[in-house]
Amino acid sequence: MNRFNYLFTSTKGLILTAISLIALVTAIFNTLSGPMVEWGIRDLTVKWLGMDLNPAERAGRIIMLYHSIAMAIVAIEVYMMTSIVPMRKHEQKNINMLVTVGYIMAMVFGLGFAYWGHNFTFHGLFLVGQSLVFFSGVLLIFAFNPWKKEYYVTDKDYAHFKSGMDMERMAFFVMAIAMVISAGYGAVTGSFWANGHETFLAEDLIREPNKNGLQKAIIGHLHIMVTLVAVSITLVVGRWLEFKGLFHKIAMPFMIVGTIIISGGVWSLVWTHHAHTFIYVGSVGIMFSALMLVIYSWNKLIHDNSIELGYKNPNIFQKLKALLHDPLKFGPTWQMVFMNFTVSGIGIFMAVKLEEIFRVWPAREERITLTGHWHILAALIATIILMYYADIAGMKGKTRKWFGWIMIIGSDVAFASMTIFSMKRLFIPEEVAQQGLMNTTMLLADFGLGALLVTVAIFLGWKLFDLFQGDGIWKKEAENPELELTRTSNPVLNIRRDNEFNSEGGEQ
Amino acid sequence: MRKLIYLALILVTLASCSTAVIINEETEFVDTGVNPNSWVVIHAGQFYYNMHAYDIDLDYDFEMMVTHVTNQQYADYLNEAFAKGTITVEDGKIFGHHPGDPFDGYLHEWEIPAGDYLHMPFAEAGSHIKLVDGTFSVDKGFGNHPVVMITWFGAQAYADFYGYRLPLEKEWAKAARGTDKRAYPWGDHISANLTNYGSSKNALQRLYGGNISRTTPVGYFNGTTYGDFKTEDNRSPYGLYDMGGNAWQWLGDDYADVHYRYMRGGSFTNYEYNIFVWARNSAGPDFYNINIGFRCARDIVEIIEDVVIEIE
Repeated sequence: MNRFNYLFTSTKGLILTAISLIALVTAIFNTLSGPMVEWGIRDLTVKWLGMDLNPAERAGRIIMLYHSIAMAIVAIEVYMMTSIVPMRKHEQKNINMLVTVGYIMAMVFGLGFAYWGHNFTFHGLFLVGQSLVFFSGVLLIFAFNPWKKEYYVTDKDYAHFKSGMDMERMAFFVMAIAMVISAGYGAVTGSFWANGHETFLAEDLIREPNKNGLQKAIIGHLHIMVTLVAVSITLVVGRWLEFKGLFHKIAMPFMIVGTIIISGGVWSLVWTHHAHTFIYVGSVGIMFSALMLVIYSWNKLIHDNSIELGYKNPNIFQKLKALLHDPLKFGPTWQMVFMNFTVSGIGIFMAVKLEEIFRVWPAREERITLTGHWHILAALIATIILMYYADIAGMKGKTRKWFGWIMIIGSDVAFASMTIFSMKRLFIPEEVAQQGLMNTTMLLADFGLGALLVTVAIFLGWKLFDLFQGDGIWKKEAENPELELTRTSNPVLNIRRDNEFNSEGGEQ
Repeated sequence: MRKLIYLALILVTLASCSTAVIINEETEFVDTGVNPNSWVVIHAGQFYYNMHAYDIDLDYDFEMMVTHVTNQQYADYLNEAFAKGTITVEDGKIFGHHPGDPFDGYLHEWEIPAGDYLHMPFAEAGSHIKLVDGTFSVDKGFGNHPVVMITWFGAQAYADFYGYRLPLEKEWAKAARGTDKRAYPWGDHISANLTNYGSSKNALQRLYGGNISRTTPVGYFNGTTYGDFKTEDNRSPYGLYDMGGNAWQWLGDDYADVHYRYMRGGSFTNYEYNIFVWARNSAGPDFYNINIGFRCARDIVEIIEDVVIEIE
């Protein structure tokens, strides 16, 4: 397998390609805002790359930028799912192909349209790219079909219905359906406004008393998409950490029902304010399911690492040491716990304190808190993906520990600081007295994110260097492209799938 | 790993030791040559409204203040109003009567009935107005800075006292943008030399020292060079200064279904996307902050003169 095939056809290579492209986009577009403006970096980027930044089109640019990144994140999750959830080889290939072409088109042409003049061919191709990603989602639903007998669980330790139907597969299936419908919510509203070229940011609607149905749909769309991306990474991490047993059996029904209720709640937001009740109930289901994963995986980490560390009857400190022994495997579930302080907790707090605080505070501060909490959720998901990918890439020893801890500490310090920053008026009502807190939180956020980004850059630099080696790690990954883990079912289809089709592509 | 933790702790300590902002620290008076008592006429006609540049019409002329209302102007008003008894002072705060707003009972809307409301907490840090021996005065050097730490009620009371009014959003937008589609009141670009906003902090701190982020005198950015800092003229097409940056400006609209009052213009604490002519902010009418001020509008003088002639 050559390098091109590795990067664009193997699961491990596809994930690397998507992470690299996101890193590249982040590195470039990061220079256009915040302190980069004061330091003159933005002007250099704009000049060197010949960008066209019309102020009136800022909202549209931002929308296309985060859609470009979101498509690539969705693609990474799709690659992971098509590798870990049993399905036919041709299904995996078709889905991966569509999502790959789709996200790259959306990224290249979306950013091309938004930042380099308005070539409407680019806009059309951006929509084609997004449509391909959507269509890959439709195929994914068919591939996840849990009613196929060959995918019924073979190991009864996994959550299953009486018939033997795989509950985890059902959770993936439900998530995929919810994702596709929720994407449609964005597509319909996006089409309605974008065809008239009247872009706006959802956070600018927060204090509009009379939002119309399409405006509510946009708000619902962005919330549910991030939520479902979180649901899917939780399911993926569960598989990676070999989630099974009693906790798995408790978690999966909650995940399925929670996903259905929260999605239905968000969709019904267009018609009824009571939708919020459904959203809260659905959230509880999903969060409870994630809690089961956390408890299971921490127990497992303590157990497995205690053996590795030679503890026969570990005391509390040894258990803690065993838990923290492998940051790459501890990190993803820890981030799920941490998420409650910086995302869910803030969301609930804002809802409770709505009348008392946010109906008085300036809209611009409410906006910072709102945008902050879902940016943090998105970034936490990114750190989980990076930790999983580092594990996939075979990171070992001290490098593994450094990478893992920098991901965890860097992101948590940064996001905790940002959360405190966004809520600063709660602790220090007088703005004149906030400067010390602002300096501290901003510095910590810069420090945490800086450490994290530099570490990721070094990691990707190493992967790039490896690609230039004739007999690099990439070659071993190309020979063994799928993610190694236990599956909830192991149908004959999987073993035979390379032989399932003849060389002409027809069924044998 | 330990080194990393130590480094983080050192950074936190350094940040925590940072000089606290002494916003009320006396400053040198800077004469910008711009008269805060001047007004300009905004002519009737069509203009482009908001980010999507809707082509709308404003079918009357009106006048608007060339600058924000300054600390000195507001202190003068307070002395007059205090003497007349239209305001009261209690625990370092100024209160005054508001006749109440229409209440629609909409979800999350607060009722604002007739009553006495907070105008300004002058004893709090950030306010440059002080009450000494029964007379309101201004911190040294801040006389021609925009008055801040003022609630919407306080701004409205000032306007009412002199027979003015707070500008409506559409009036403000036309005064800021003129009749073209510019993004900022002065054009399509922004820099530290054009207005007092988030990104000019470093330049102004270099000039005035310390770690102070605060307002600049009204009309400061008029092409004058202060020390080695050369400003550019930030007037809007109608000749209004600081319609973007320095301090947010309360507006007069009372929209249905909400209790919020709206602001435009951005401030010295905000980055450029808050300085756009279409950028909007809102807060409860009793909210005040170090970066919120106002300016007034009034119906044109000719109309008033007509009335005067009729009375005569």
